[in-house]
Amino acid sequence: MRNLKRQLLAGPYLLWMAGFILLPLIVILYYAFTTTGGNFTFLNVSSITFSVHFKALILSLKLALICTLICLVLSYPLAMILNNMKAKSQNFIVFIFILPMWMNFMLRILAWRMLLSNHGVINSLLDTIGLPRLDILNTPTAVVFCMVYDFLPFMILPIYNSMARISSDVIEAARDLGANSITIFFKVIVPLTLSGVLSGIIMVFVPALTSFAVSDLLGGGKVLLIGNVIEQAFMQEYNWNLGSGLSFVLMIFVIASMALMNSWGDENGAGVW
Amino acid sequence: MIRKSVERFYLILIFLFLYLPIGVLIVLSFNNSKSKVHWGGFTLKWYQKLFSNSAILEAFSTTIVISLASALIATILGVLAALGIDAMKKRGQAILLGATNIPLLNADIVTGISMMLLFVRFTRLGMSTVLIAHITFNIPYVILNVLPKLKQSSRTAYEAALDLGATPLYAFRKIVWPQILPGVLSGFLMAMTMSLDDFSVTYFTKGAGINTLSTMIYTEMRKGIRPEMYALSTLLFLIALGLLLFMNFGPSAQKQRQQ
Amino acid sequence: MSKRLIDLQHITKSYDGQMILDDLNLYIRENEFLTLLGPSGCGKTTTLRIIGGFETPDQGTVIFDGKNITELAPNQRQLNTVFQKYALFPHMSIAENIAFGLKIRKKSKAYIDDKIKYALKLVNLEGFEKRSVNSLSGGQQQRIAIARAIVNEPKVLLLDEPLGALDLKLRQDMQYELIRLKNELGITFVYVTHDQEEALTMSDTIVVMNQGYIQQVGTPQDIYNEPVNAFVADFIGESNIISGTMLKDCLVQILNVKFPCVDEGFGANVPVDVVIRPEDVELVSPEQGMLTGEVTSLIFKGVHWEMEVLANGYEWLVQATQMHPVGDHVGIWVAPDNIQIMNKPESNDEKAVESDA
Repeated sequence: MRNLKRQLLAGPYLLWMAGFILLPLIVILYYAFTTTGGNFTFLNVSSITFSVHFKALILSLKLALICTLICLVLSYPLAMILNNMKAKSQNFIVFIFILPMWMNFMLRILAWRMLLSNHGVINSLLDTIGLPRLDILNTPTAVVFCMVYDFLPFMILPIYNSMARISSDVIEAARDLGANSITIFFKVIVPLTLSGVLSGIIMVFVPALTSFAVSDLLGGGKVLLIGNVIEQAFMQEYNWNLGSGLSFVLMIFVIASMALMNSWGDENGAGVW
Repeated sequence: MIRKSVERFYLILIFLFLYLPIGVLIVLSFNNSKSKVHWGGFTLKWYQKLFSNSAILEAFSTTIVISLASALIATILGVLAALGIDAMKKRGQAILLGATNIPLLNADIVTGISMMLLFVRFTRLGMSTVLIAHITFNIPYVILNVLPKLKQSSRTAYEAALDLGATPLYAFRKIVWPQILPGVLSGFLMAMTMSLDDFSVTYFTKGAGINTLSTMIYTEMRKGIRPEMYALSTLLFLIALGLLLFMNFGPSAQKQRQQ
Repeated sequence: MSKRLIDLQHITKSYDGQMILDDLNLYIRENEFLTLLGPSGCGKTTTLRIIGGFETPDQGTVIFDGKNITELAPNQRQLNTVFQKYALFPHMSIAENIAFGLKIRKKSKAYIDDKIKYALKLVNLEGFEKRSVNSLSGGQQQRIAIARAIVNEPKVLLLDEPLGALDLKLRQDMQYELIRLKNELGITFVYVTHDQEEALTMSDTIVVMNQGYIQQVGTPQDIYNEPVNAFVADFIGESNIISGTMLKDCLVQILNVKFPCVDEGFGANVPVDVVIRPEDVELVSPEQGMLTGEVTSLIFKGVHWEMEVLANGYEWLVQATQMHPVGDHVGIWVAPDNIQIMNKPESNDEKAVESDA
């Protein structure tokens, strides 16, 4: 009886969720599958096959993959180095790597736009030492650069956390049983950090796939990602049905990529959640 | 020995990658010349301009109000929800937690658009719709911070308090609340951070009249970069630094570490 | 006597300027069950970790089977460790855990399968191959940790408080299991514990340690019946430790009463410590006693009664099968060969003993 009363405390949240999470999703589904006149149609969703849309989707997937890969390659050794540090300095160093995450997302984009611009710091530096200029502003490379910068901490933290959770006993046990450092790395450390790697991948891949601000501000209108297509459909063309249809497709891709990661994790005995 | 220096070199490289952009912004905020490269002498004029720019100041106050209010309301709803979820059976918990994950995992752009589509049917977009949207994506962070603390908190201690004659409310206040408080606080802070940093959801739910810092900088940047932005970045970075330092190494953190 | 398998010579180790082991010398014979016993912080685990290769001594050498292995990495030593908290690999099944060491040694699949079966049978967990680590109880996990170590056929098995996390009943069962295992495998066990009962039950040789020094090495009987100093006497079982004076050979004075004893060679009028085990104190009628006193407490312990008797200013701990109610006047009598005489501490390391005891 008392238990039931306590369960009721979740009531307001349930109502909130129904009103502001489920209902909006239903609305977006409604728009996605209807015409402006309100008739049922597949056209909005299937318009993803239009060459402009499809190219944007492929480019988004490509950039998100590259970004995730770079983050992973940068983060794993970093997490290992952090984990091997003395406990005292560890706190401080980890702190340093989280701090940029707390700067406003937009200002981080601003910083890169300024660094990479034609008369920016990087090119001036290259000029001074006589190296060729780096003309990457308004290209996909700049977008990837900035995304890596934005999302790197999301990869570092889960990997570092999963690494810190491995007890030194387990490492010592492996060494005791004859494993050398390489074997320990591949047979013990990598499998035990897999869950951290998977959540890191998701935490980087999903925002990278769906971002539109970075490409808008660093791509100079030349880098069109699926996020930009959707944003323009809503804010410039006011074609809500088309925008909803493409959003639905994007949602499917997000869910699919997470399901993929999850099943991969399950196979390796490490669920993401 | 070699390994150590390779490790240090790597740390420094990443460190530079993370801080060089911020460092350049800070230096330029004191630069008298509008150039991005040449040093034209020290000045505080960009800060003066920043503080006389009413649009920026308004966006700043809107940001603070929305992040504080949304974090507070989300914390209240989230703590209640966590208490309720904790009392549920395993299956109910699993379903609810799965639903809680939706806004966390869904793309921001979809969350923003779907809410915009709903809001425009019933009301005008504005401050209140942004607030509702922020509360919605903040609640999960509170729940996910509080629930583990509830699970850790000893059920027997609560029952012992009842056994000693405490009313459930008193037992909650004296036994459960102190144990989950760290989770509530970190949930609140995380919610506030997410709200401060949000761009996509705000962008779609804000309507024409108002701006948070994120959306304002976005609009400004599409027109071009003004040096006031450097000054703003510097100030925001210092605020973040101060807050994080306080949270990590301040008196409450010290106390927690001693425990 | 079998040969010395492990020889620790002049081992010194300190952390952050704090001395953990100071010039430790110890040898371990082939096929013996040797226990390192002492309170926490006495250096027993460090000693074990030095044998296992997880720590390198600041000074001194570790000889294994005639070879100096002081600098050898743990993965190259012919010994295996059973860790205090089991340290099973959480991402592997039971079979994979056990096979870990064998796969590194590139054994054939058939050999590995055989070994897994054999090891699981040995620890009474047949059919557990496919189970996950998390589905096992503490006792079961500990058995798997042992199985994982022994399939590699180490010459020595190092056990670091392996039963510490188990409850009393399980601990007692596991003690017998370990003795059986040791006999079946015919290898050397080096066992670390702070539980004196565990040490007495299982060991061939007990090494009592305190504050980085070895206090006494001997069989369980030696250690219990003839502790060399007050620390050992106090740590192994309960005892009455009383300051006294050796008047001459075979006569000691404690609490102003002369007691005949069997010890010789201490000299005349030398201050000594006297140890009398509680079960060796006999309660008699006041007239027959060497000294008389009053019973101040009485507790039933199952196999015996435990009483405290205040006599000549000292609270005697007495264990007897006959009870005397509180307030009873009784006489105390001790047989001469039950009185154990020990020198007062003189050297530095013995002082360390004193301060702890």
